[in-house]
Amino acid sequence: MLEDKDRIFKNLYNDLGSDLDSAKKRGDWINTKEICNKGRDWIIEEVKKSELRGRGGAGFPTGLKWSFAPKKVGAKPHYLVINADESEPGTCKDRDILRFEPHKLIEGCLIASYAVNAHKCYIYLRGEYYNEGIKLQNAIDEAYKSNLIGKNSSGTGWELDIYMHYGAGAYICGEETALLESIEGNKGQPRLKPPFPALVGLYGCPTIINNVETIAVIPTILKKGSKWFSSLGKPKNTGTKIFCISGNVNSPCNVEEEMGIKLKDLIEKHAGGVVGGWDNLQAVIPGGSSMPMLSKEISENITMDFDSLVENNSGLGTAGIIVINKDQDIIKCMARIARFYKHESCGQCTPCREGSGWMWRILERMAKGEASKDEVNMLADVTKQIEGHTICAFGEGSAWPVQGLLRHFKKEIIERNNFNPLVKNSKNIPYLIDQHILEEDIKNVKS
Amino acid sequence: MLKVKVNDIDIEVEEGFTILQACELAGFEIPRFCYHEKLSIAGNCRMCLVEIEKSKKPVASCAMPVAEGMNIKTNTNFVEKARKGVMEFLLANHPLDCPVCDQGGECDLQDQSMFYGIDKSRYKENKRFVPEKYMGPLIKTQMTRCIHCTRCVRFATEVAGVPEIGAIGRGEDMQITTYLEKAMESELSANVIDLCPVGALTSKPYVFEARPWELKKTETIDVMDSVGSNIRVDTYGWEVKRILPKINEDINEEWISDKTRYSCDGLKYQRLDTPYIKKENNFKKVSWFEAFQILKDKINLTSPEKIAGLTGDLTNMETLFACKELFNKVLKSKDLESREKNIYINLSNRNNYLFNSEIKGIEKSDLILLIGTNPRFEATMLNARIRKSFLKNNTEIFSLEDLGDLTYPYKILTNTTEEVKKIIENNSEISKKITKAKYPIIIFGEGALDLNSSKYIFEGLKKFLIENNKINEDWNAINILPFNASAVGSYDLNIVSKTNDTIEKIKNNFFELIFLFGQDNFSFNKKNEFIVYIGSHGDKGAEMADLVLPGAAFTEQDGYFTNLEGKLQMAFKASYPPGEAKEDWVIINEISNLVGRESLFKNKNELLNAMNSYINSNKKDDISNLFKEEFVKEKISTLPNDYYHSNVIARASKTMNECRSIRTKLKKTGTEG
Repeated sequence: MLEDKDRIFKNLYNDLGSDLDSAKKRGDWINTKEICNKGRDWIIEEVKKSELRGRGGAGFPTGLKWSFAPKKVGAKPHYLVINADESEPGTCKDRDILRFEPHKLIEGCLIASYAVNAHKCYIYLRGEYYNEGIKLQNAIDEAYKSNLIGKNSSGTGWELDIYMHYGAGAYICGEETALLESIEGNKGQPRLKPPFPALVGLYGCPTIINNVETIAVIPTILKKGSKWFSSLGKPKNTGTKIFCISGNVNSPCNVEEEMGIKLKDLIEKHAGGVVGGWDNLQAVIPGGSSMPMLSKEISENITMDFDSLVENNSGLGTAGIIVINKDQDIIKCMARIARFYKHESCGQCTPCREGSGWMWRILERMAKGEASKDEVNMLADVTKQIEGHTICAFGEGSAWPVQGLLRHFKKEIIERNNFNPLVKNSKNIPYLIDQHILEEDIKNVKS
Repeated sequence: MLKVKVNDIDIEVEEGFTILQACELAGFEIPRFCYHEKLSIAGNCRMCLVEIEKSKKPVASCAMPVAEGMNIKTNTNFVEKARKGVMEFLLANHPLDCPVCDQGGECDLQDQSMFYGIDKSRYKENKRFVPEKYMGPLIKTQMTRCIHCTRCVRFATEVAGVPEIGAIGRGEDMQITTYLEKAMESELSANVIDLCPVGALTSKPYVFEARPWELKKTETIDVMDSVGSNIRVDTYGWEVKRILPKINEDINEEWISDKTRYSCDGLKYQRLDTPYIKKENNFKKVSWFEAFQILKDKINLTSPEKIAGLTGDLTNMETLFACKELFNKVLKSKDLESREKNIYINLSNRNNYLFNSEIKGIEKSDLILLIGTNPRFEATMLNARIRKSFLKNNTEIFSLEDLGDLTYPYKILTNTTEEVKKIIENNSEISKKITKAKYPIIIFGEGALDLNSSKYIFEGLKKFLIENNKINEDWNAINILPFNASAVGSYDLNIVSKTNDTIEKIKNNFFELIFLFGQDNFSFNKKNEFIVYIGSHGDKGAEMADLVLPGAAFTEQDGYFTNLEGKLQMAFKASYPPGEAKEDWVIINEISNLVGRESLFKNKNELLNAMNSYINSNKKDDISNLFKEEFVKEKISTLPNDYYHSNVIARASKTMNECRSIRTKLKKTGTEG
């Protein structure tokens, strides 16, 4: 359990007030100038040492990301973009930061902007976060008024302007390059990488894009020291993280906890346990809807950090834990998630555009028991054909939940869909492999 | 140079190459839909996936730049599986309507599904239906077939410069559309048909006409404007079914204008297929023999100085030369003219009437000044190059006149000769910019050569450029953009009136016998003249003629044309003249035989040899000294150019008529009052 003194977001439940004065009492905007005066290299080095990994889902080391930005500003200005387009189902951590701890974010913006030489910082806010946007804008105005940001931000001499930009409710705009397209006024479709945004980003200029939570923890890390941060959690999965626990639990909540906490502890201690008791648990989606689910057996002992979840064929993602108990129809649940991805696919790449709808339709039929047995393997094939074949990670995001379902609940699907197609499956030839390649393979194995 | 391995073959490629280019260099073809050399990279079809060692995921080869030491594999199981997967997705919602699809036989999806497709579909759901989109009279849509490669979108925004095609909706509901479902306001719009890898965008006038393998293909050139775009003419029997672009990087790249592509149905209508004689204001069919008898009598009765000839805008050089010989040797008349107006022309040097910077050269230019020309309508392909140059170098473009949308931004100066005078006298911002520019281009349209002070502004600017070393061995900044395909050829053959007054004399009804060799853009008040029209279409020329001799169009005879850059190109015979019509030079040869009792040429070869030696002899009548070099304060304006009706073929074309009526309607917004 995380001790109160190690908590970064002390006002996660708005007990202490989110205005500037209250935030200052909690330690925000203190020593900001001194931190900046220690220089860019020190900040980046300190963030690197803290082993902070991006909180947006991919878990990319933040310090490393910052170091990709050109060291000196060339002909083009640098930008810092904050990704507050929190649309992942089951995730609402950024929302509470925007509402209750906006000054942590704004202070983080200043330090990060200083570290990556950016004078302009854009906060791309999810369109539905209208009220949160108003609160954030108030906080930004407060900061401007107190000269914390602006011409001479906090007395550092650094000029920083923060702009808020509302999205229009597209999930894909949470993908960093689609987000940039959206800010530029284009259709939100991910860009090709390379070039990476750190070199060619917003308006063609070097741009660093970070999640709200990543930026919001930066000031505390620098104030308390990278050692403190890295002492929490597990090696390579350091620090604290806000977990969002929802679904069939008695008290759904957001909670800040150490990385590497046991999933069972999170559910039992913080969320009041599974509805109907732990034995009533069917599955857990550990990291927002795009991560493959975990079975009850795995959930029993797994720790919540990037690496151990990857070992179990899942991922930490945004740490939006969705608990599904046995009262739910698991296939229907996944069909609903598949429908979400079908609806949110941007339509740029073929596999995701055509595949996400296909998966949803098959799952819809499977939920009703109208599919045939052979379609279970076909569905697995389709997910494999989407995964890794697209420009952005949406392909994985839409395929993985279905793969998770097939991994743990294949039996249930087959039981429900016991219709056998007339075609005999006697030859056992993998569907997509041509016969001649197969023969070559057999030859190779023999020789 | 980077060293990479493609399927264990070591190759060296330049830095900045994509993997796809490297693979092609090594001789491995990569399937693709969205990738196109001339468009920006989208990387969204995912068909070009290849395996890279040490990369877990397959990589889209069209978008990934090559890095040193890359080990690329294109023929592994992994790659084949990935591509088959993508192909299955592409086919999942693609209708199985190849038998009724016009793209059949030249469809990228069809071809590639032969390699990567699977014989039966696993997709059991209902296929997607997408409603048709109206894209004008040229493009037929069948959007259910669309595979969302976005080539058309990129073409419209990048090359055509009219961002009127785009995608709306997302995911599987994404639809390619012109938003408001109106015709694309571009002269390059029909190129999206060639770009479309499937049958989503097909040619409306060509719909259900023929299959590609039934057509005879002739690679030739276009005569709709002076650019001389390279084209391929597809014929089915006599009929020209369609015209497609042929790649020529120096001239038209891969594109052609809509007029080039779709005026071909004008070759079917309004054709002259037999000689006619006008009697009591009515045309009567006559035989060639009768027609020649009448003509012979007429010529014999007329004194040579009362005979004049005008050559036309689509006349090939063989015909021009034959006309010249006919007038010189047989009719003994000096009044043969190729111009429609007395525009200023300086034949002393070829550089005085060519587009010297060359179309290719536009790409590297850093300043362009348009004087009395609207390249968008006068030479669409050239305009596309200017846009390319603008996109590439951010070229500064100036025009004396407000020309409306040219598909690129330009600054408008005042359209008076004074503005040019200021430039010549080095008194203007522009002159400073010209002197500073490394590769300036100054384009004179015929609108600027039709003035009283044309000689002053042309020669003056030329002098200014020479003084500032903008006309040298490497670069020639002065350019003329003529209207007609035959213009430069006529100048090369020196077909201008030696006294520079033929046109005036015709208008004053001085002549008694006037030959119109395919000249349809000239009008005057006819009195007692006997007019002989030799040409392919019943248009303005034939209307006022007394005797009509049917000739051949550019697709029906071999003929040379010199394009505006001075490139000699041949238009090949793809079809044959209709009815009793004959090739133009043959008619002229027969007239000579009739009157002078001797053919001008024994055969075509003799004609070509004579023409060659004439051009090489470089005998030119410099008529430039007949123009006054004076400065008059006057307006410079582009000549009115009815884009879709600029020549006989286009005027006879139903498609062009339709385009024209739509374009004029488009301009009406209903708010003009």
